[in-house]
Amino acid sequence: MKDIVQVDKISYNYPDQPLLFDQLSLDVHEGEWLAIIGQNGSGKSTLARLIDGLIVLNEGHITVDGLQVNDQNIYNVRSKIGIVFQNPEDQFVGATVEDDVAFGLENQLFDRSKMHDIVEESLKSVGMWDFRERIPANLSGGQKQRVAIAGIIALSPKIIILDEATSMLDPRGRKEILELVQRLKNENHLTVISITHDIDEAAGADRVVILNHGEIIDENTPRGIFSHPDKLRQIGLDAPYTSKLLAALSKRGVSDEKSYMNDEELIAWIQQLVSTK
Amino acid sequence: MSNFIFGRYLPGHSWIHQMSPQSKLLLSFYFVIIIFFANNLISYGILSILILIVILLSGISIMYFLKGIRPLIWLIIFTVLLQILFSSGGRVLWHFGPFSVTNESLINGGFIFMRFLLIIMISTVLTLTTTPLAIADGVQTILKPLKKVKFPVDTLALMLSIALRFVPTLMDEMETIMNAQRARGVDFGSGSLKHRVKAAVPLLVPLFTGAINHAENLSTAMEARGFSDSEHRTKYRQYRWQVKDTISWLFFLAIGAVVIFIRK
Repeated sequence: MKDIVQVDKISYNYPDQPLLFDQLSLDVHEGEWLAIIGQNGSGKSTLARLIDGLIVLNEGHITVDGLQVNDQNIYNVRSKIGIVFQNPEDQFVGATVEDDVAFGLENQLFDRSKMHDIVEESLKSVGMWDFRERIPANLSGGQKQRVAIAGIIALSPKIIILDEATSMLDPRGRKEILELVQRLKNENHLTVISITHDIDEAAGADRVVILNHGEIIDENTPRGIFSHPDKLRQIGLDAPYTSKLLAALSKRGVSDEKSYMNDEELIAWIQQLVSTK
Repeated sequence: MSNFIFGRYLPGHSWIHQMSPQSKLLLSFYFVIIIFFANNLISYGILSILILIVILLSGISIMYFLKGIRPLIWLIIFTVLLQILFSSGGRVLWHFGPFSVTNESLINGGFIFMRFLLIIMISTVLTLTTTPLAIADGVQTILKPLKKVKFPVDTLALMLSIALRFVPTLMDEMETIMNAQRARGVDFGSGSLKHRVKAAVPLLVPLFTGAINHAENLSTAMEARGFSDSEHRTKYRQYRWQVKDTISWLFFLAIGAVVIFIRK
């Protein structure tokens, strides 16, 4: 599979701070959902900003869809990537919902006649078309994140980065946003990089990378990662609910099953366990 | 305060609502100038009828307009009284020390009152039928010629629209901070003026920190969405000059000519 983002031996530090990344390398495959998990300060949001060229590397290269991230390519790179940031309030630029979706299009010098069609299509695809004349003060956090996603979809990017995009939402809003991104990913053949410390969000990914103090300490499928909940706990991350339940069951001697399961698999497994006893 | 800026707009599809914001803005300015040319009963009469027609055309209840006067009522009374008591000329009807009331000062007082009333009415029509965003866009259109002298018109308009967009956000935060302080026993509502001002200072620091954080995050988000500079962008909204604008202007120009013609 083609690598759509290649991070090649990068080094970076914030001004007057020790080196955060030292020779870090990471590839993102086209069409995958990659979750990057880690504690606060592990550098996961910084990595997203480096990929989008919002901050400048000390050393190394980052390539996005064949383009190196540098001063000349910066606007082309950014047109391939859409980022949904953490705080819904701080990425709403427009005065109303439709103005906000149009903001990116205005930057890319789209024609006015085309803009209206694209705005309508994007807002319909996230289910916010009926709210187009609302001002942000009259929207919930989840609705604002939907608008942010519409603004990204409008520019038809290849990559969506969710930078803790669901961390300020309630559980329901979180679930809805993740389902929405999953659907848009399938419809538009997108690559998703989700930066999160929500383990359950990471459990839905194709691949999980664990970042700790600027270093990749593990990389595997969610199943592989969550089969070792102790390792997660060591670096201050929680294990998913299903792993915790399995660990508790084995502690009580109910079963010896240790491998990770998602919700449905766990339910099926418990039913089986009960019926055989 | 948030109601003051945002709750004022009343959605609608009337003649006035449909006019373009730049023409409404300019027309309001023009009307204010005409008011200062009026100096007799007939011209004030004509202008009052004109403003009544405008209010009827806006399709908004007259109550909203009367509400617009309320916050200014003391200023109006004070100015009118000043005019009545201190202006001279004409037949003296009553006097006491430096104060005197003449028939002319009464008339002038009446005119001043009418001026206030008409100016408040026209500006209320403007804010009730035009969204703040449309007003910002109107200002941008009007200032466009200044681009020739390198004045950053589009940057100014973008700044204005972002500032308006963040007013309710900052209001909410203010409320949160006030509640947090109240929970710690701060009393904002009572005490001397000095005491109240002192209580307000601890509100400002967190509010400013918050605003700076918003600004920083917003600028990152704007950059991520391909923003480079505000002078080279296309525009999603456009407010075209319409036939309704032309007709309204012709009507207002004619009235203006009459008012100047019958000036004493």
